[in-house]
Amino acid sequence: MAPILEVRQLVKKYGDFEAVKGISFHIDRGEIFSLLGPNGAGKTTTISVLSTLFQPTAGDVLVDGHSVVREPMVVRNRIGVVPQELALYDDLTARENLVFWGQMYGLSGKNLNERVSQVLEEIGLADRAKERIKTFSGGMKRRVNIGVGLLHRPALLFMDEPTVGIDPQSRRAILDSVKELNRQGMSVLYTTHYMEEAQELSDRVGIMDHGELIAIGTQSELTRQVGENDALLLEVVECDDLNRLAAAVQQIPGVAQATTSENTLTVLAPEAEDILAPVITQANALNVKVHSVSIQEPNLEAVFLHLTGRALRD
Amino acid sequence: MKKILLIAWKDLRLAFRDRAALVLMLAAPFLLTLGLGLVTGRFSSTSNSGLSSIPLILINQDGGELGNALVDVFQSSDLDTLVDPVVQIDATAARAAVDEDQTAAVVIIPAGFTNSIFSATSTPVVPVEVYSNPARPTSSGVVQAIVEGFLSQVELGRINGTVTISQLLEGGYIQPADAASLGREIGQEPAGVNAPVTLSGRTDENTAPPFDVLAYMAPGMALMFLMFTVTNGGRTILQERVSGTLPRLLVDPVRLSQALAGKALGIYLTGVAQMLILIGGTALLFGIRWGHTNAVLVLVLAAVFGALGWGLLLTALARTQSQVANIGSAMMLVFGILGGSFVDIRSFPAWMQTAARITPNAWALDGFLALGLGGGMADVLPSILALIIMGLALFAITVFVFLRRGAFGHR
Repeated sequence: MAPILEVRQLVKKYGDFEAVKGISFHIDRGEIFSLLGPNGAGKTTTISVLSTLFQPTAGDVLVDGHSVVREPMVVRNRIGVVPQELALYDDLTARENLVFWGQMYGLSGKNLNERVSQVLEEIGLADRAKERIKTFSGGMKRRVNIGVGLLHRPALLFMDEPTVGIDPQSRRAILDSVKELNRQGMSVLYTTHYMEEAQELSDRVGIMDHGELIAIGTQSELTRQVGENDALLLEVVECDDLNRLAAAVQQIPGVAQATTSENTLTVLAPEAEDILAPVITQANALNVKVHSVSIQEPNLEAVFLHLTGRALRD
Repeated sequence: MKKILLIAWKDLRLAFRDRAALVLMLAAPFLLTLGLGLVTGRFSSTSNSGLSSIPLILINQDGGELGNALVDVFQSSDLDTLVDPVVQIDATAARAAVDEDQTAAVVIIPAGFTNSIFSATSTPVVPVEVYSNPARPTSSGVVQAIVEGFLSQVELGRINGTVTISQLLEGGYIQPADAASLGREIGQEPAGVNAPVTLSGRTDENTAPPFDVLAYMAPGMALMFLMFTVTNGGRTILQERVSGTLPRLLVDPVRLSQALAGKALGIYLTGVAQMLILIGGTALLFGIRWGHTNAVLVLVLAAVFGALGWGLLLTALARTQSQVANIGSAMMLVFGILGGSFVDIRSFPAWMQTAARITPNAWALDGFLALGLGGGMADVLPSILALIIMGLALFAITVFVFLRRGAFGHR
């Protein structure tokens, strides 16, 4: 069966700045695909092109076989978009917002009212339907924001960092709703810079950095790239000797790799606990003051670290 | 088209749920009109014109029957609450009083005025001079109107007298020597028996209603705050871009042209609703006669269209919401002053009167004044056409600017 989304050598430039640099990937039907990357990696720009908001500079995107360049209106009927911003009208009620956006998708009459009621139930806000959005908490607004994208039962849902800035309870509710939508057969493209979300939700993950798709695959395929190594992260007080420290640490038995990024020394080793003491000793010997220490087992964060030398949050 | 209407309806609802905007759209013009009405005495029990005790100086150099009759008119009990006349002799001093804004006008009845009217020969009539104070255009306009009313009665009497005496002479009923004294008798009748000007406030369909100062102030204020509505509406376009609702609209099955047309229609409907509420409210509460209903409605539609053009152009040229808000506020005030919302533009220098024509306020005020004074659709047609042309021209420039700048980051 043909994929629901096919991205072919997609390039997006703003003047001389290349925000997306020729990325290609696909999403199979019924799949949750996450684009994982730090802020500024190009995830939102990618979704903006995929959802027909921006024209690509080069390349093409096919949604259910239809080009976003040549058939944008057909594409728009097949996709749902949950933008990063809370794109709602504060002075309209939850129901009025859903009715308006449903009308924009061509829903009307009894069908519209029934669908709005269903969505209000799904997002758990049926009892607050007549209250204005401006009286809602951040988490409730996020849920309405998601509800708008579901009104017309799209085959493919784009969710751009839908959990930014909300409480853990609302975040849990959103992650559960994404899994439920997927169980109902909806394909999802989910962008995030939270490694845990990508790990929990995704069938496959694409890792983006500086506009490039630097890795793609299932989680096990990706973590295999960093082997079975743990990552030991030393955050140090600003100093000029970090590279000397990295070179010295590289000589410690059991250390697979030692790299630096700004004020962080990253050490890869099969058992990070075993090398912690000698690494600290070396730091003391070189008069490098350690600010904090953390150990990461192999995960997507470690993959990103391995591929870029930086932590996702940098 | 359905989506355009749905977007417009949504914006209309949002506009009337924005309490801060409602204050400026409705409360502010209403209260300012009320305040100006109080200041001008419009709500006093003895005046229905909003004007009273207009100071003026009478210089009667004529001393004849008609000159005295005109002085009597100004001193009559009919006008004693409206005008406060002072009879003087020195015309130069009286003019100086006007120049120093001590009085609204000087009425100078020159020597020979009565004789020029009653002359059996066709000698030119000696004109009565009204020396007006440009700083008090409304008051001096009232004085001018009283004098013109008197003169029209005199002229009517003169024509009647001339015709009557000619026929009597031709028929041999009177001798030429008696013609002058008879003419004088006939000529006195209109001025002496029928008061040339009354301000009873009672009119019939064939006479213009009395001038109401609020019929000038209310549309002036409504039009000034209409500029707030259209610029604030334009600001919401940029607000929707920033808040993400406009981009969300553009990933729905909605074309950019539909989204913008819907937004523009929403602003337009908001402006029309604002004007109609203000017109209805001031008519009910202040008793303002806005005039011919259909003509008022068409004029409102045209005025909002012209104003919308300015609001959209400002939105197209501005880069941020605060730019639209700040420039919009300035535009509202400048257009209000220049367009005559506070002072009749006819008291402005010629260049300012010309400049005022770029504002929808000036054209629309012309129309509302004409309707308030009893005019009909034909009287406001020039204003309506000018406002429609203004709106179309500004809309064309706006589209050009939007296209050049790449509207709303939809790239």
